[in-house]
Amino acid sequence: MKKVIMGNHAVSYGVRASEAKVISAYPITPQTHIVELLSEMCANGEIDAKFIKVESEHSAMAACVGASAAGSRAFTATSSQGLLLMHEMLHWAVGARLPIVLANVNRAVGPPWSIWTDQNDSLSQRDVGWLQIYCESNQEVQDTIPQAFKIAEQLQMPVMIVMDAFFLSHTFEIVDIIEKEQVREFLPPYEPEIKIDTADQHSFGNLAGPDHYMELRYMIQEAMDRGLDVIKKVNKEFEEIFGRGYGLIEPYRCDDAETILVTSGTVSSTTRAVIDELRDEGVKVGSLKIRVFRPFPTEEVFEVLSKAKKVAVIDRNISFGAHGIFYQEIKSALYGRTDIPILGYIAGLGGRDVTPKVIREIADKAIGDEQPERYINWIGVKI
Amino acid sequence: MKAPRIPTEELMGSGHLACQGCGATQAMRFALKALGPKTALTIPACCWAVIDGTFPHSAVDLPIFHTAFETAAVTAAGIKAGLEMRGDKETTVMAWAGDGGTYDIGLQALSGAAERNDDIIYVCYDNEAYMNTGIQRSSSTPVGAWTTTTPVDNYKREPKKNMIEIMAAHSIPYIATCSVAWPEDVIDKFRKAKEMKGTRYIHIFAPCPTGWKLAPELSIQMARRAVTSRVFPILEITEHGEKLEVWKDFEPTPVREYLKPQGRFKHLTDEELDGIEKDVERRWQRLLAREKMMASIPGME
Repeated sequence: MKKVIMGNHAVSYGVRASEAKVISAYPITPQTHIVELLSEMCANGEIDAKFIKVESEHSAMAACVGASAAGSRAFTATSSQGLLLMHEMLHWAVGARLPIVLANVNRAVGPPWSIWTDQNDSLSQRDVGWLQIYCESNQEVQDTIPQAFKIAEQLQMPVMIVMDAFFLSHTFEIVDIIEKEQVREFLPPYEPEIKIDTADQHSFGNLAGPDHYMELRYMIQEAMDRGLDVIKKVNKEFEEIFGRGYGLIEPYRCDDAETILVTSGTVSSTTRAVIDELRDEGVKVGSLKIRVFRPFPTEEVFEVLSKAKKVAVIDRNISFGAHGIFYQEIKSALYGRTDIPILGYIAGLGGRDVTPKVIREIADKAIGDEQPERYINWIGVKI
Repeated sequence: MKAPRIPTEELMGSGHLACQGCGATQAMRFALKALGPKTALTIPACCWAVIDGTFPHSAVDLPIFHTAFETAAVTAAGIKAGLEMRGDKETTVMAWAGDGGTYDIGLQALSGAAERNDDIIYVCYDNEAYMNTGIQRSSSTPVGAWTTTTPVDNYKREPKKNMIEIMAAHSIPYIATCSVAWPEDVIDKFRKAKEMKGTRYIHIFAPCPTGWKLAPELSIQMARRAVTSRVFPILEITEHGEKLEVWKDFEPTPVREYLKPQGRFKHLTDEELDGIEKDVERRWQRLLAREKMMASIPGME
């Protein structure tokens, strides 16, 4: 059934269809609608789940960790400060190899207080070991939730679904709602082999000396290495049932493009409109959306970008003292394999609109810049 | 106190990593004898995170989920929810934390779980300092005590936080204190807690010879003296915080006999010891007055 719903509710419908068994969350703008609708669904029986209304995001993740370790499918949602407060437990979920799914609505980090979008909250969790998938539309958000559970449970790794504040979380779009009866075909009940069970006792996470710790970390990386194939396979299975699918990356008019703009999140849709405009003017440009950020699809990115003459990365984030974070990742993916200039642009922090005009400015600069790699390019800073 | 009847079943093995005379080890052994094999544990950072043993060994014949320092209560709540959603409604889930993980860093999550009345047993084994990290003061450290962060020249001036009153303020179904010096009482209280639903808080006084600068063989004796000197009252709070019963059926002993054998108090002057004695007496009298007052409330007689 098709409904016009906000991005936040697309998450809730995705969780309903995935039959999560334990949900634990703490309110934070702009995520709150997700868990409001979920608590309603729990109350009216649409979801057969326990909702633990905790006193902090740190506890929300701890509750998910406990529930998942006990063998139940667990979900939480958060934003910004909340995600940062969870940081320690994000690590715990990975170390304990728990397939928890988290929806993070990208919101800028304070101070100063900001409720508007940028990616510094999720990207500052880059190295904790969660898979990260950046979504662009409400349909994609909803569909990615059951995919995320399936990916997570196959890899025994947690997955974070990331979406822009307001541009997605509060924007209403038509979504073809998926139902649990149909999703069951795609996503079987969660039945972990090892879990907290008095009939099959294990000690989880106790002190590991230098003789063991490194192997456990190697196994996490090994799971990440398998991640890209699992994501592709899961997406294919989803596509066969629901007729919709999403890639690791999404190239747009890149085949003969001389300049490629790299984007993520909702900026990607706006960028495609600008690409069309520029193409109409005869400029050979394309765009590449990065959907899966961890594990990073290095080969797929290389294959697309290596055919271009110039790459321009739009970052709605900044790693202070270095550069935009996607910029660094792209550079790292292409390093030593090509001489293509890679340019980095910082735009849209704290929810500042990244309009077609802004993207046009970035494209113009990228195409015209003769010495592109000399510094960070800030777009629209009024200083 | 009732006649000895300690189950012979052992769910804790002897190959653990505790120090000699460790009260926390005794506490776990007795608790598990009461709770039995349908029990799952979660343990945050504390001595017991180590006592359990190093991977791939465990000193306890039960599932144990080791969790982050400040999350014992909520991890337990998550485990309970996860088990129930899988159809296991029988397993008792116990959070087992030290005083640092209870009084300090874990207080927020514990308060959250207690307010929600999550169906868990939460245990604080109280050795009155951060012993696992090497004897630093916690808010459970008593006034006058030396620790590595309250050196003799600047010993702890603040009184021990009243954790029991904090828990009582949450109106949970069961609160009890007990001491490793009375195993039968420990077992009785865990059995009682096991039969109840909701958040049950059990506070076990567990001496740490290493941190208290005490001969290991005096561990149980000090646990006993803490009670008989009224430094650590044995009590139960039931009826969702409304009914308080203080154990008084013992021969009182001097506070000095409890403090003197412990190196952590040896710097205290006679005057300072007098002050502590007075404070212990005042707190004891207040507790008895509270017991009487609560019993006098209409409907609670």
